[in-house]
Amino acid sequence: MKTYNCVVCIKQVPDTQKVTGEAMKADGTINRAALPAIFNPEDKNALEAALWVKETYGGTVTVITMGLPAAKAILREALMCGADRAVLVTDRKAAGSDTLATSYILSQAVKRFNPDLVFCGRQAIDGDTAQVGPQIGEKLDCAVVTYLEKLEMDGDTAIATRDIGTGIETCRAKLPALFTVTEKFGALRPFQMRRVMTYKNAEPEVLDCAAIGCEDARCGFAGSPTSVNKIQSVVLAGGAFKEISPDDAGIGGLVAELIADHTIG
Amino acid sequence: MTDRSKGEVWVFAEQEEGKLAEIPFELLGKARELASKLGVKVGAVLMGEGVEPCAAALVAGGADVVHLIEDPALKVFRSKAYRHALVELIKEAQPQIVIFGATHMGRDLAPAVASALRCGLTADCTDLQIGDYTDKKTGETFANVLHQIRPAFGGNIIATIVNARHWPQMATVREGVMKPLDAAAREARGANAGTVVRHASHLDGVEIPVEVVEIVRKASSVNLKGARIIVAGGAGVGSKENFALLHDLAAALGGAVGGSRAAVDLGYCEHERQIGQTGVTVRPALMISCGISGAVQHLAGMQDAAKIIAINTDRDAPIFKVAHYGIVGDLNVVIPKLIKAIRNKG
Ligand SMILES: Cc1cc2nc3c(=O)[nH]c(=O)nc-3n(C[C@H](O)[C@H](O)[C@H](O)COP(=O)(O)OP(=O)(O)OC[C@H]3O[C@@H](n4cnc5c(N)ncnc54)[C@H](O)[C@@H]3O)c2cc1C
Ligand SMILES: Cc1cc2nc3c(=O)[nH]c(=O)nc-3n(C[C@H](O)[C@H](O)[C@H](O)COP(=O)(O)OP(=O)(O)OC[C@H]3O[C@@H](n4cnc5c(N)ncnc54)[C@H](O)[C@@H]3O)c2cc1C
Repeated sequence: MKTYNCVVCIKQVPDTQKVTGEAMKADGTINRAALPAIFNPEDKNALEAALWVKETYGGTVTVITMGLPAAKAILREALMCGADRAVLVTDRKAAGSDTLATSYILSQAVKRFNPDLVFCGRQAIDGDTAQVGPQIGEKLDCAVVTYLEKLEMDGDTAIATRDIGTGIETCRAKLPALFTVTEKFGALRPFQMRRVMTYKNAEPEVLDCAAIGCEDARCGFAGSPTSVNKIQSVVLAGGAFKEISPDDAGIGGLVAELIADHTIG
Repeated sequence: MTDRSKGEVWVFAEQEEGKLAEIPFELLGKARELASKLGVKVGAVLMGEGVEPCAAALVAGGADVVHLIEDPALKVFRSKAYRHALVELIKEAQPQIVIFGATHMGRDLAPAVASALRCGLTADCTDLQIGDYTDKKTGETFANVLHQIRPAFGGNIIATIVNARHWPQMATVREGVMKPLDAAAREARGANAGTVVRHASHLDGVEIPVEVVEIVRKASSVNLKGARIIVAGGAGVGSKENFALLHDLAAALGGAVGGSRAAVDLGYCEHERQIGQTGVTVRPALMISCGISGAVQHLAGMQDAAKIIAINTDRDAPIFKVAHYGIVGDLNVVIPKLIKAIRNKG
């Protein structure tokens, strides 16, 4: 029976779901430091997909992240859930990478492990682009299946169910294949108690851009065609709405006004 | 190499089973504006098998040129086949701008094309403008660059992104935010305002590693984007049963029912009714928001409604900051009164 070598790309992100008053600075910009750094939600689904493959068919699971050393925290979490191997790609040269450069660096790292299956989350909750997965796939020149919801293996072929927006598609993808995984795949299994003790201080393998054979010109700012020209925080203007009293008179008057200006009628 | 600043502005004309989606028409509306600033033509890229009949609608919708690629291998969307054919076409015809819908198809195809061409791609834009750009580090200036405006960081910031040094400039654009040409403008253009140019697919001998076995279409009974009036409910509605109140109000107004993500997560309404950053973007003539707090991710999908009525028990709820009319009160009391007033015409 065939077993599968899986690689999962995971990203540490600020928890943008927690942008509250405290996370805003006086000038209206976001205080990133006030936001907890978390395991990107859909990357947990991606890890679950890989662990499920390993459990069902056999194989290995390697997790890779590109980021600052603090990102070791999510690598340890992945090990506690059942990943076999963890890799941190960290390098000053990677700073300022847009999705083109990020996907280049990650694809160079992924290639080292010669995987049958690569899993990414659909989207990271900070950059919010959903571009890195398909771009790694293009660079590996392998089958790419986005919006994965369900998976089954049949030898050298993956049978995948994916959301195409207007419907649900079932396709057969030849290995090697890359998937971007949505929350529909199912939640990440909990830590294994036994592994928590073993991995709570585990040190991942650390690689820099040179070690994975990256050309400098394709990394970081140098390798990024896009640049952020301007950033504005979303600050609401503050309401000058017309207040309607919640009684028959107020509501009757509102409806009459909407009929008069042809909004309803 | 030709002067890329003379290149066309392209729209990827997404179709399935020979039927064009709504999004290409929205993109064409924007592309006409960009192209007229630049003094160049608008192109639509139409790919598939037996899709030539779609070309006339694209011309009426704003395309000066329809770039057509037909090949049996393009019958259903498959990333590698579409990517390969489109990359060859872009290399050959050298457009300066290519925009895609931020749909499932667009968000699969566009990154792969950008990766192959090693150009920039901005995700999920809500606006596109032509303007000048000065690189703050080098002081270099660029004229007539595409400014790509997009929410990021979970919708908490709006970033303007440029890619001034690489061709083409590419972006995906959210559904529902750009305006198609109106019926009069489409009619005035007619189907003869543009030409169809057929191109080779370059797919002979290219191995496509994915085979589509089956597609089960979602029965989309909900048409939020087309609705003139929308009644939307949030967590404040309290239960699935109570959501019927909103359906009653919508029925009295001839409108559609939408919801916040919390309402969807709580099972009050179906996912296809979700309004906001991760749902649909709507711009109805009237939006009645009931028991929705007004998180930025929700506002992103509805704040361009012509008139917004907010009903909420909490006077400080952010929804009131975008509302034109505010009713501070319990929706269980207010909605029945609204229905009664509508039936009695005021
Ligand atoms: C405000 C703002 C706007 C931006 N807009 C754009 C833009 O429009 N276009 C653009 O090209 N860049 C943009 N960027 C840069 C972009 O955020 C970074 O390139 C980022 O490293 C990757 O993009 P993402 O967060 O959108 O990831 P996504 O593409 O959403 O991530 C998808 C998946 O790829 C994998 N992945 C992504 N990053 C990593 C990582 N570091 N390590 C391991 N796995 C990873 C994960 O599996 C993840 O779930 C923007 C940055 C900012 C701050
Ligand atoms: C990346 C990301 C993407 C997201 N995308 C979306 C999206 O697309 N769409 C979306 O909607 N959200 C989205 N969200 C979630 C969003 O942040 C909010 O959590 C969500 O919109 C809250 O929904 P709500 O207003 O219904 O619920 P709540 O915030 O719980 O608000 C309920 C409101 O009901 C009021 N209320 C309670 N009882 C009554 C009553 N009897 N009468 C009147 N009012 C009452 C309360 O005062 C309160 O204001 C996203 C979040 C993230 C992080």
